[in-house]
Amino acid sequence: MDRTALDLWVGIFVVAGLAALSVLALKVGNLSSYNTSETYQLQAYFSNIGGLKSQASIKSSGVLIGRVAMISLDPERYEAKVTMNIDKRYHFSKDTFANILTSGLLGEQYIGMIPGGDTELLKAGDEIKKTQSALVMEDLIGKLLYTKADEPKQPIK
Amino acid sequence: MIGLAKKLRSIGHHVVDAVWRTGYAARFFFLILLYSGTSFQRFRLTIKELFSSGVMSLIIILVAGMFVGMVLGLQGYETLKRYGSESALGSLVALSLVRELGPVLAALLFASRAGSAMTAEIGLMKATEQISAMEMMAINPIARVVGPRFWAGVISMPLLSALFSAMGVFGGYVVGVVLIGVDQGSFWSQMQAAVDFQHDILNGVIKSVVFGVAVTAIALFEGYDAPPTAEGVSGATTRTVVQSSLAILILDFMLTAFMFQGD
Repeated sequence: MDRTALDLWVGIFVVAGLAALSVLALKVGNLSSYNTSETYQLQAYFSNIGGLKSQASIKSSGVLIGRVAMISLDPERYEAKVTMNIDKRYHFSKDTFANILTSGLLGEQYIGMIPGGDTELLKAGDEIKKTQSALVMEDLIGKLLYTKADEPKQPIK
Repeated sequence: MIGLAKKLRSIGHHVVDAVWRTGYAARFFFLILLYSGTSFQRFRLTIKELFSSGVMSLIIILVAGMFVGMVLGLQGYETLKRYGSESALGSLVALSLVRELGPVLAALLFASRAGSAMTAEIGLMKATEQISAMEMMAINPIARVVGPRFWAGVISMPLLSALFSAMGVFGGYVVGVVLIGVDQGSFWSQMQAAVDFQHDILNGVIKSVVFGVAVTAIALFEGYDAPPTAEGVSGATTRTVVQSSLAILILDFMLTAFMFQGD
């Protein structure tokens, strides 16, 4: 069995195809930013998660530190229970704030963590007590209307 | 009255014929899988077919992918500009290519470029009695002729669709970033934030494998089942392109409904 020009072309084809696949995986997809480092889980309850999805990013000071693992509705508290996978390298104090924020005007929602001053740290499986729900447009407009209604009317001159 | 009876009879004949053909096609497909051992034991046969169906389709796939990506870049930019979110151009181009356009358009091109050639080749082999001659020499034509073509198609389809998507992303980059001037950083970072490896890229690959099986199975069956005349072969080639294009689009809808319903 000899090598032929045919083999060369088929080889080029297969290598190019696999290269395209890995370009898609690394450059287009987010496989490269998948850090395989160990994570630990934290829980947080939100009264409204807005458009948060699982796999949404969790950031602190804008740095990606984890991803949302699971979202479910707690049947007793009637609140959304969000389970988060946090990178083992980062630890947060007990009084950390977890806020649901939006990147850009129409962007995706993510969880932003603002550390507090407590010296005790959150352990795996702990719950973040201080949370702030997502801003929902209707609530925002409602609040605006109420505050406008409460303002004293301008006297007519 | 007689005319009506004749019409009814012809409808019945067509239905029975269609069911018959379906059964024959299913048995043919099963036989391909049964005798596919030869395609891997004598891999040289498959390599030869990989060349004629995969390598020879490279140019059309690359050029088409490039231009589809460029059009996506132009049109996407025009639409996104209205909402002031040009930076999402990268994710628009990449998602639509990886999820839908890459697998589907590559498969459509493959069906008309390689599928039709397979049908014509096998149909002509049958018309010139090469297939019967092989059977006379106790060579199984399904193992020797059909199997390697089938596996070559199934192997080359996902590679071609990955190349199509990659070229499309590059085309979108050329138009969006180089020509129009969308910010390069946000183009790539939004793309990477939006495209998930498992959910988008792997599902696209699965799609293209399914299309590869469908296109090559249809093309090979039409060729093998073609009436051994010049007219029969030309009709079979036409049917290959029509049926496999429809099969691709219908399968795409079904696969998309399965894969992307959860979000």
